[in-house]
Amino acid sequence: MALKMVKGSIDRMFDKNLQDLVRGIRNHKEDEAKYISQCIDEIKQELKQDNIAVKANAVCKLTYLQMLGYDISWAAFNIIEVMSASKFTFKRIGYLAASQCFHEGTDVIMLTTNQIRKDLSSPNQYDTGVALTGLSCFVTPDLARDLANDIMTLMSHTKPYIRKKAVLIMYKVFLKYPESLRPAFPRLKEKLEDPDPGVQSAAVNVICELARRNPKNYLSLAPLFFKLMTSSTNNWVLIKIIKLFGALTPLEPRLGKKLIEPLTNLIHSTSAMSLLYECVNTVIAVLISLSSGMPNHSASIQLCVQKLRILIEDSDQNLKYLGLLAMSKILKTHPKSVQSHKDLILQCLDDKDESIRLRALDLLYGMVSKKNLMEIVKKLMIHVDKAEGTTYRDELLTKIIDICSQSNYQYITNFEWYISILVELTRLEGTRHGHLIAAQMLDVAIRVKAIRKFAVSQMAMLLDNAHLIASNTQRNGICEVLYAAAWICGEFSEHLEEANQTLEAMLRPKVTTLPGHIQAVYVQNMVKLYASILQQKEQAGEKEAAQEITQLMIERLPQFVQSADLEVQERASCILQLIKYIQKLQVKEVPVAEEVIALFAGELNPVAPKAQKKVPVPEGLDLDAWINEPPSDSESEDEKPKTIFHDEEQRHSKPRHPEMDEEELARRREARKQEQANNPFYIKSSPSPQKRYQDTPGVEHIPVVQIDLSVPLKVPGMPMSDQYVKLEEERRHKQKLEKDKKKKKQKKEKRGKHHRHNSLHTESEEDIAPAHHVDIITEEMPENALPSDEDDKDPNDPYKALDIDLDKPLADSEKLPVQRHRNAEALKTPESEVPPVEKKSKKPKKKEKKHKEKEKDKGKKKEKEKKVVEEEEEEKKEEDLDFWLSTAPPPGSAAQPQSGPQTSAAVASEPEGVKKEEREEQQEEEEEDEGKKSSKHKKKKHKKEKEEKSKDKKKSKKKHHHSEEEMAESVQNGTLDDEPLPPMSSYRLLAENPYIKTTYDIQGNLQNDSQVTVSVIFENKSTSFLKSMELNVLDSLNTKMLRPEGSSVHDGIPVPFQLPPGISNEAQFVFTLQSIVMAQKLKGTLSFIVKNDEGSTHEKLDFKLHFSCASYLITTPCYSDAFAKLLESGDLHMSSIKVDGISISFQHLLAKICFHHHFSVVERVDSCASMYSRSIQGHHVCLLVKKGENSVSIDGKCSDPTLLSNLLDEMKETLSKC
Amino acid sequence: MIKAILIFNNHGKPRLSKFYQRYSEDTQQQIIRETFHLVSKRDENVCNFLEGGLLIGGSDNKLIYRHYATLYFVFCVDSSESELGILDLIQVFVETLDKCFENVCELDLIFHVDKVHNILAEMVMGGMVLETNMNEIVTQIDAQNKLEKSEAGLAGAPARAVSAVKNMNLPEIPRNINIGDISIKVPNLPTFK
Repeated sequence: MALKMVKGSIDRMFDKNLQDLVRGIRNHKEDEAKYISQCIDEIKQELKQDNIAVKANAVCKLTYLQMLGYDISWAAFNIIEVMSASKFTFKRIGYLAASQCFHEGTDVIMLTTNQIRKDLSSPNQYDTGVALTGLSCFVTPDLARDLANDIMTLMSHTKPYIRKKAVLIMYKVFLKYPESLRPAFPRLKEKLEDPDPGVQSAAVNVICELARRNPKNYLSLAPLFFKLMTSSTNNWVLIKIIKLFGALTPLEPRLGKKLIEPLTNLIHSTSAMSLLYECVNTVIAVLISLSSGMPNHSASIQLCVQKLRILIEDSDQNLKYLGLLAMSKILKTHPKSVQSHKDLILQCLDDKDESIRLRALDLLYGMVSKKNLMEIVKKLMIHVDKAEGTTYRDELLTKIIDICSQSNYQYITNFEWYISILVELTRLEGTRHGHLIAAQMLDVAIRVKAIRKFAVSQMAMLLDNAHLIASNTQRNGICEVLYAAAWICGEFSEHLEEANQTLEAMLRPKVTTLPGHIQAVYVQNMVKLYASILQQKEQAGEKEAAQEITQLMIERLPQFVQSADLEVQERASCILQLIKYIQKLQVKEVPVAEEVIALFAGELNPVAPKAQKKVPVPEGLDLDAWINEPPSDSESEDEKPKTIFHDEEQRHSKPRHPEMDEEELARRREARKQEQANNPFYIKSSPSPQKRYQDTPGVEHIPVVQIDLSVPLKVPGMPMSDQYVKLEEERRHKQKLEKDKKKKKQKKEKRGKHHRHNSLHTESEEDIAPAHHVDIITEEMPENALPSDEDDKDPNDPYKALDIDLDKPLADSEKLPVQRHRNAEALKTPESEVPPVEKKSKKPKKKEKKHKEKEKDKGKKKEKEKKVVEEEEEEKKEEDLDFWLSTAPPPGSAAQPQSGPQTSAAVASEPEGVKKEEREEQQEEEEEDEGKKSSKHKKKKHKKEKEEKSKDKKKSKKKHHHSEEEMAESVQNGTLDDEPLPPMSSYRLLAENPYIKTTYDIQGNLQNDSQVTVSVIFENKSTSFLKSMELNVLDSLNTKMLRPEGSSVHDGIPVPFQLPPGISNEAQFVFTLQSIVMAQKLKGTLSFIVKNDEGSTHEKLDFKLHFSCASYLITTPCYSDAFAKLLESGDLHMSSIKVDGISISFQHLLAKICFHHHFSVVERVDSCASMYSRSIQGHHVCLLVKKGENSVSIDGKCSDPTLLSNLLDEMKETLSKC
Repeated sequence: MIKAILIFNNHGKPRLSKFYQRYSEDTQQQIIRETFHLVSKRDENVCNFLEGGLLIGGSDNKLIYRHYATLYFVFCVDSSESELGILDLIQVFVETLDKCFENVCELDLIFHVDKVHNILAEMVMGGMVLETNMNEIVTQIDAQNKLEKSEAGLAGAPARAVSAVKNMNLPEIPRNINIGDISIKVPNLPTFK
């Protein structure tokens, strides 16, 4: 064995460490991959060794290789081994590797649960810290469920370092295990007011992250955050809170009003740009939420815009960027205030920084008007030509389309220009947005009838030049436009001037290289084209030409029949047969054109994309209802199902709505027609489009012809959109002149009639009449479409699960899963089996808490009673969001004085609704206790209580719930919450000298049945610096201090901190014990170095550590049914004591036993109580406490007689002190 | 939330990668390459924010980066983070590195990536900002280093000796790699505390 060890460490000398590995890789630049694979082989060897240091070293190297892209998941098990090393050094390496490569799919991850739990409860804060950090990266739903409770406990850890990490990781736990959110939320909320700024910041962070996804559930926290905002000085926290408010204001406009003032103050006062920026952002959000009917906030908008302008004009590009970003938010609601800064934004469009140009582009969207659209787009087109990166160019492309198509092409005055722009855009190489352009072409051609002729000619040109577009594979994205071109040419073939040429272009062999879906459209549309040519020729009597064209089709179509694409093949072979048949008929000289064209008769109307979704379910149609009654359960399964449709039922269900609907439908249709008739922008569709075109009166005065003459349209691939800009200018000029003339003659002749949309036009814009009188057909919607717009919710949103109502009281079933103890089966869920009458008695810990509260201010209580009630009410109001929002006190006074430690400490964590209820109950209880003595009080209180109850009956109805909830909480309190309450301290003096004072507390370890943790508080009383503190004890046979591996029993444990003068800090030490039935005393020494100006001296302080039997007990709640069973079982030994001369109240007494001896009350009747506790090694301890006139008798039962008698002795001592 | 933190040098060689979302190793490398491609072609005096990055991008995400001497520090964050705040966090990170390594340079990051990870873990946890106070971070790091030293004790000594010997024997100690200290120059950003 020893030899092996030696051998191991010699081997180790020649292992590479991380530095060697890195150096090696750097020296093998030529054959890096080979070198690394060699290293991985070495690592595999190292991982086979027993020595944990070697393994850790290997894992450390693997982590580096992971960064270089090597998969290291094969070593997952070894990583877990290293994680479970006892030394922090190795543990950290293990957790780092795990955080880099573990994920939900890692199968061995489930092996880590217990290791992580152990590390979380480690006395060394850095073990805990490193486990939390690691866990935050690889937490899975299973881990989250199993560890949620442990992490929640850590949220109340004594060390802020642990607290803040525990708080932060809760977010990840919530994400993976949403059920934990409600039970953990009260504590999380508590942490918002943690004394440590780091913890506070972490809590704000988590809640902000939660609220961002589901803001409405967190509205009730607004007052608390408001208080934090006005009091905090930490900019990180402020930024988070202000961002959160930005998310909350849209839900509650009143909140916005309240925020404006403090935010404006912050904007004026802060020097931190980051804070200023976030304030401006939130003010914008507020203004957006208030935008309806709040005219007096123009000052705020002005302030924001003004501040943003300063940012944009700043030389710092970062500020410029952010300024533009925020500007775009204002744009949505207050476009006018942004438009006045157009100069600045256009200037940014020429910035050398792409990010800034992109932001400026966003803003352009709101800058355009009829007047400047062409100009702006022209500018953008220049940028398109110059842009070298595809991302930016694609962005430009989408922006051009967005700008032009916004609000139903509102700003386009000349659609020919727009089509030319689209055609020009097809020259872009390698863009991803071909389909966008195609969609626009289709949309415009279909909806703007007047432009079809022009569009068709342009599309025909595109088809003719298809080889330019589709020639090289890089341009693949753009070939989508051919889809649109082919369809438009086919569908509107009547406008084609040289249809033959286009048809030939479509039949070129090159077409077969296009993607399948485009070929399919080609095939379909060449038939349309063919049909119209056929008709044309037949009408002209050119039979030969008609046969020629048929022949051409028959010759060329087979190339599509051979296509690998199923759709193309099917269409082509179908059509080929059809045309062969036509040819036969043609040979017989039968006129066929009419029949062929009938194939494509009728017009396709545009249908809104959401139309299908919006069709409402007709009245009386229940899609979930059975068509046939399902077979009853009693029927055997193999019985054959009956025929699905019963005649009977069909008859039954049919006649119901069709008739009614038909009528209704007809009525609605009529109404719609009426509406459309009144709508000048709607053109009724008629069966043959070309006829329609001819008799539309509006079309006649379209000046298309003139423009056609001046623009060289037929230059292939070179449409000149620029020409239109000039033309447009001329046209406008002319119009203006004309108008001026008119004005002289006739002052008021408005042209407003001709406008499509006149709601948004400014005066100046109204002067510009569109070049074409354009009718845009609206997209069709079903007759009775629902106006709802909530159709874009992603059902797979991971944050949806966290949309949980947090104000609802906790149900019992929502408890976090706690690691079960041996007697866990004794606990019964109160909901299921325990009759409600008993409930009150089963709130051990809660009661204890209340007792303490009472104890604290018992003396003052009677005089103050009235006052307290008032104060409470006031506080309640403060918590009540509605009240808070409606009264709107000045922000300074929002933080009202706390009415007393009692309410703030105990109640802060509970949801508001519960609080009131609880108080009522508390009062009731008080009555029971004190009522006998002072019946006057009782009556007085009763009145109050009744008043309160009558105020909201709703709440009292909920009472049942509340009591359950309380119980759930009390259970948690019992097991988790060992925070000492102010008046009673469990810390006892350990030793003291002029330099230092130490106090200690011992707690059993939940996870380990032979360990206790001793927390020692060191307080520096001197004016010197204390350092190198070391604590050592003389181990006994039974009790030993847990020392790091490898150190001898004589080594002390260093205290992990130094103490400056006047500072105190806490350290924890773990002891292992074998037997716990007897109290123990250990002698020990604390050595430390006192350092002051004169030098440093070595000091020692001896102490005795007293392990009382009570310190081995863990407060465990127990329900009375389980308790009764336990007593009945007869396995317990019994013993009893009696103490005389007790003057304190029974409650007080019980509280003392609960607190100092870790018991919990099971049941209490008058001056009798049963109590329960459990030792770390699983001994049950049951007590029956009876209070006589001046004495107390305690009967105890326990599975170990020695333990019991020792416990009772200790209790006697405690009680006799009272 | 912070989605990822990347450090790479002027040639795109990764010096640290920390992803707070699961990506396969291949995708991680792709993201690093893509991010480097995006960031490296930007001039020195343009803004430090960047959209795009198809892999880790998405409309909600942003790249926020700083360039120090030979290294790029890139944070990929979503809209819940304050842009200027993250810029400051990067600054805090670099200053902390500078303190912990005493005049940090690229070589420190190359050879002690584990330490860099440990420092980062004290600042950002699971994608959320844990601590922004440099003194607090340094205190915790020092305490952990001390703990590590105390643990090494006897076991660590020979290993150190061996590595010293190894270092002596190596002829190819990178002597001529002369990468100056990273001089921390902050573009005149107002202080953020």
